[in-house]
Amino acid sequence: MKLISCVGVTIGYDGQRAVNNVSFDLEQGDYLCVVGENGSGKSTLVKGLLGLIKPQEGSITFDGIAPNEIGYLPQQTVIQRDFPASVTEVVISGCLNRRGLLPFYSRLEKARAADKMKQLNITDIKKKSYRDLSGGQQQRVLLARALCATEKLLLLDEPVSGLDPVMTADLYQLVAKLNQTQGITVMMVSHDLESAIKYGNKILHMKTATAFFGSTEDYLKTEMCQRMMGVQKHD
Amino acid sequence: MIELLTELMSYAFVVRALIVGVLVSLCAALLGVSLVLKRYSMIGDGLSHVGFGALALAMALNLSPLEVAIPVVAVAAFVLLRISENSRIKGDAAIALISSSSLAIGVIIISYTSGMNADTSNYMFGSILAMSESDVFLSVGVSVVVILLYVLFYNKIFAVTFDESFTRATGTNASRYNTLIALLTAMTIVVGMRMMGALLISSLIIFPALTSMRLFKTFKQVVISSAILSVICFVAGIVVSFIFSFPTGASVVVINLLTFTLFSTISLFKKKI
Ligand SMILES: Nc1ncnc2c1ncn2[C@@H]1O[C@H](COP(=O)(O)OP(=O)(O)OP(=O)(O)O)[C@@H](O)[C@H]1O
Ligand SMILES: [Mg+2]
Repeated sequence: MKLISCVGVTIGYDGQRAVNNVSFDLEQGDYLCVVGENGSGKSTLVKGLLGLIKPQEGSITFDGIAPNEIGYLPQQTVIQRDFPASVTEVVISGCLNRRGLLPFYSRLEKARAADKMKQLNITDIKKKSYRDLSGGQQQRVLLARALCATEKLLLLDEPVSGLDPVMTADLYQLVAKLNQTQGITVMMVSHDLESAIKYGNKILHMKTATAFFGSTEDYLKTEMCQRMMGVQKHD
Repeated sequence: MIELLTELMSYAFVVRALIVGVLVSLCAALLGVSLVLKRYSMIGDGLSHVGFGALALAMALNLSPLEVAIPVVAVAAFVLLRISENSRIKGDAAIALISSSSLAIGVIIISYTSGMNADTSNYMFGSILAMSESDVFLSVGVSVVVILLYVLFYNKIFAVTFDESFTRATGTNASRYNTLIALLTAMTIVVGMRMMGALLISSLIIFPALTSMRLFKTFKQVVISSAILSVICFVAGIVVSFIFSFPTGASVVVINLLTFTLFSTISLFKKKI
């Protein structure tokens, strides 16, 4: 079943096209990795899917998922360093889309937040202040918040940037597990081609336009992929 | 101390000032937490200066001050918010321009109509005598609205303040809550301005939040602490201004400054340990 289909999506800033005529489908259960150079429009595409920026052309259709049911992990969270908020406060704020106009969280949402914190192993730091956590812990907290917001689809924009190798492997494992055991569809923007190939079943290679979209196996056969792999091996 | 308080309470104008002041301090502190964390502190400052211009205009035209100031400041709140949200046109500089221009225009209007006099100084630095009975009713009304909306939308305000993109992505209309915060701030400022002074009122918004953030680490704690601190500092400021016959607004600000220093020192010591 197609959760999201994008047809000819074009998004720009002040006349400059950042995403040009991109089409792809996201099927239920997919683990889609979006790769591409800096500035190739990956984050812009993500923002388009989330409805944060309106596409100028093309259409994005949702099926079996409401646009507000996407669990989003931003590339850079522009949260100030000194923001006072406990881990629990941050995680439960992901439940806001279940409340509609109702003002307070019920026992149901509190239990949901507690459950997600347990899943991500952050229960013992739930009373800590978000600003005092390490980068890896912060990322887990934001992932828990994203999980509170969705049952179906996680949209992660470079979730491992700034994490050490152990934390990175950890986070990849975690996301893979969510994808396999809970059937949560994953769309992940990543610069780490090796992990993209290892975990993803589909690849979208962005170059403002779509340079490649298809299964990981087919992607491995392309010259573009081999060249990218070569580049990554060298550095 | 008790004697002093009973003496204070025997003056009707002091009682009025206390009621209005406590309510305004409470509202300003609640809104201040979001404004400070969203880096919108300048909006409070800008609004109070626009309010000064509006008061001067009302006086020149012989209109009721609040009837002019409330709509003007509310419109200004919209404009300033749009400017701040749109970072490309140097938000802080634009706000500084608007606020000093309003101040300048206000001063010219006043000096043209009545000459620079005690009124001007009262508008700029506040006067405890300024509160009439209708102000008390208005401030009670405004505060009830502010506190009720704040409590009802508390979780949404937290989410919008913490991470606007995420909140928008999950279907909350963030601009609506930004506008709500700006409008409530406008109302609070208009009501408190004549007592605290156009130049000093924004400190009621900024100080309690900044002070609380020195020591407290969760949003809820900061909100509660700001509300309590703000009220305590206001009452202490009134008492001090009465004992030493200092200007009210300035006394409240200085007490806030002292509390801020105290909290900063404690937090420094806590870090050292
Ligand atoms: N807010 C903005 N205003 C104007 N132009 C923007 C804005 N955000 C991005 N752009 C431009 O759009 C293009 C695509 O940016 P985008 O952030 O989508 O790239 P990206 O693929 O996510 O890059 P990275 O790998 O560095 O995260 C870039 O050329 C960038 O300069
Ligand atoms: Mg990006």
